[in-house]
Amino acid sequence: MVTTQEQVEANDLRLINKPKALDRNPVWVQAIITLVLTALALITLLPILNVLAMSLSEAHAIYEHPLMLVPYSVTLDAYKYIFSTSVLLKSFGVTVFATVVGTFFNLLVTITGAYALSKTKMPGSRMLLWFCIFPMLFGPGLIPTYILLKNLHLLNSVWVLVVSGLVVPFNLILMRNFFWSIPEELEEAMRIDGASEMGILWWMIIPLSKPAIATIGLFYAVGHWNDFFTGLFFITDNTKWPLQVLLRSIVIDMNALNMRGVSTTISQDASKIMLTPENIKAASIIFAVVPILLVYPFLQKYFVKGIMLGSVKG
Amino acid sequence: MRKIWHWRYFYLLLAPTLLYFLVFNYIPFYGIVIAFKNFQPFKGVWESPWVGWKNFDTMFSSVKFPELIRNTVLISFYRLLFGFPVPILFALMLNEVRTMWFKRTIQTITYFPHFLSWVVFGGIVFNVIGPSGIVNLVLGNLGFEPLNLAANPEVFRSLVVVTGILKEFGWAAIIYLAALTGIDPHLYEAVKVDGGGKLRQIWHITLPGIRPMIAMLLILQLASILDAGFEQILILSNPVVYSVGDIIDTYVYRVGLLEANYGLATAVGLFKGVIAAVLIVSANHIIRRTGEKSLW
Repeated sequence: MVTTQEQVEANDLRLINKPKALDRNPVWVQAIITLVLTALALITLLPILNVLAMSLSEAHAIYEHPLMLVPYSVTLDAYKYIFSTSVLLKSFGVTVFATVVGTFFNLLVTITGAYALSKTKMPGSRMLLWFCIFPMLFGPGLIPTYILLKNLHLLNSVWVLVVSGLVVPFNLILMRNFFWSIPEELEEAMRIDGASEMGILWWMIIPLSKPAIATIGLFYAVGHWNDFFTGLFFITDNTKWPLQVLLRSIVIDMNALNMRGVSTTISQDASKIMLTPENIKAASIIFAVVPILLVYPFLQKYFVKGIMLGSVKG
Repeated sequence: MRKIWHWRYFYLLLAPTLLYFLVFNYIPFYGIVIAFKNFQPFKGVWESPWVGWKNFDTMFSSVKFPELIRNTVLISFYRLLFGFPVPILFALMLNEVRTMWFKRTIQTITYFPHFLSWVVFGGIVFNVIGPSGIVNLVLGNLGFEPLNLAANPEVFRSLVVVTGILKEFGWAAIIYLAALTGIDPHLYEAVKVDGGGKLRQIWHITLPGIRPMIAMLLILQLASILDAGFEQILILSNPVVYSVGDIIDTYVYRVGLLEANYGLATAVGLFKGVIAAVLIVSANHIIRRTGEKSLW
């Protein structure tokens, strides 16, 4: 049933959710579909709720109710603990730096580059476009990249998190396709009024492209927040580790191997204040999830639109 | 020349992008010569001695190599076999839901894991399959021995395929849902007039309607068969499961960066890169031949 209130809601998901002229199903078919979909949603949701509840419970409660979905003997000790360790806060700082500064430069370079590439009349534009697409098809591989970064003295520098993925070809093409779809006549009108090329980009193209810029900005920001490989490959100094790399040593290695120095120190300190590794792991996971959760409404709104823009045109 | 001068500002705007790709994606190609050298970091790329095809000989003659190829291709193949239909079925089911709040809730929940990193999702997975996770508690209650699912070669590939599906099926369905909205409702009417029931409508209208999308994604996934899920496998695997779970990418990382055997790692990486490039170019060719909109 589509209510009028929902029709009014300007939600991008609605476009996709538009009801079909398909026949109604018999009740038992509807029941099965509802059941299967509910099961899939629960399989996704419950493990996350379990971790959230564990992060908020006291150590003994975790052993008594391992499958808890709501916290028992609520305490914020695990969070107090992870905020008291400089290791995690430092990592958090590195990742925030990479996300904020990185996304800024990503957008700056991607927008200007995509705008120029959207001008198909520009001499050589086709060749230059290919120059930017080719890296998607064939790359030099991990070791040559590693040696390049070593020669550029970017190894063990937080700047490697910013510059090594400065332009993602896919995002560049997405942005270009968006600019390309803006009618040429609008620009001509501004040009006749005496606007400079930079003025046109700043005063007309960028304001017109806010949704596309938001989409691609979010693509980049989530990419930085979740970036694991750049830190793993190119930063060996664990005081400069981004969050995801540190998180692996807390959450994963403590599970399987417990060989990294960081996780050992954390577990030793933690035992003094009546916390189990499960508490720390759960709180660290939630700590990394919360920012994603905060931008999730925007992600849903824009990403759905974003993946529809794909494919190279022109 | 005057024409180029006329466009000078645009070239200037494009310059940072071109410079980035030049430095980070083109210049490193010179490093590929390491595959033919005995690379010694203190001597640098040029000064290190040439060894011809030695690294490739080592690669092709090692017992590890067939294992890597087998693991990579098998894991990709299982993903395709079991994972590919899931988002399609999920989209078809969602398409039948008429209660909008229910549909939107399901979508909101199932899209979410796509935005989590594999480190975080892996942590959640380990919690579920760990000694006090639900899987082992259920097994325990049924009177079975607890299973160490996190380090068990017998179930590792299944673990990779299943967790991969759980993380991405919701997100992957979006593209099919979008294609479903593009189907002309009158077509369903036509089938109904001819006396066709529900299943006939799905078979004759819905599936053909999303066929181009299915074909394209299938070809693309086949083309990326050498990408078996680097980040996921790096997170989920450990030395106990290397015999079934070590793939080309994880091997290159371990041998190259952790064991500093640069020459061999570069050779293996180059081998993979060349095959992957050939596959993706062929994929585009096939998509174009079938008359669909090609990638480029």
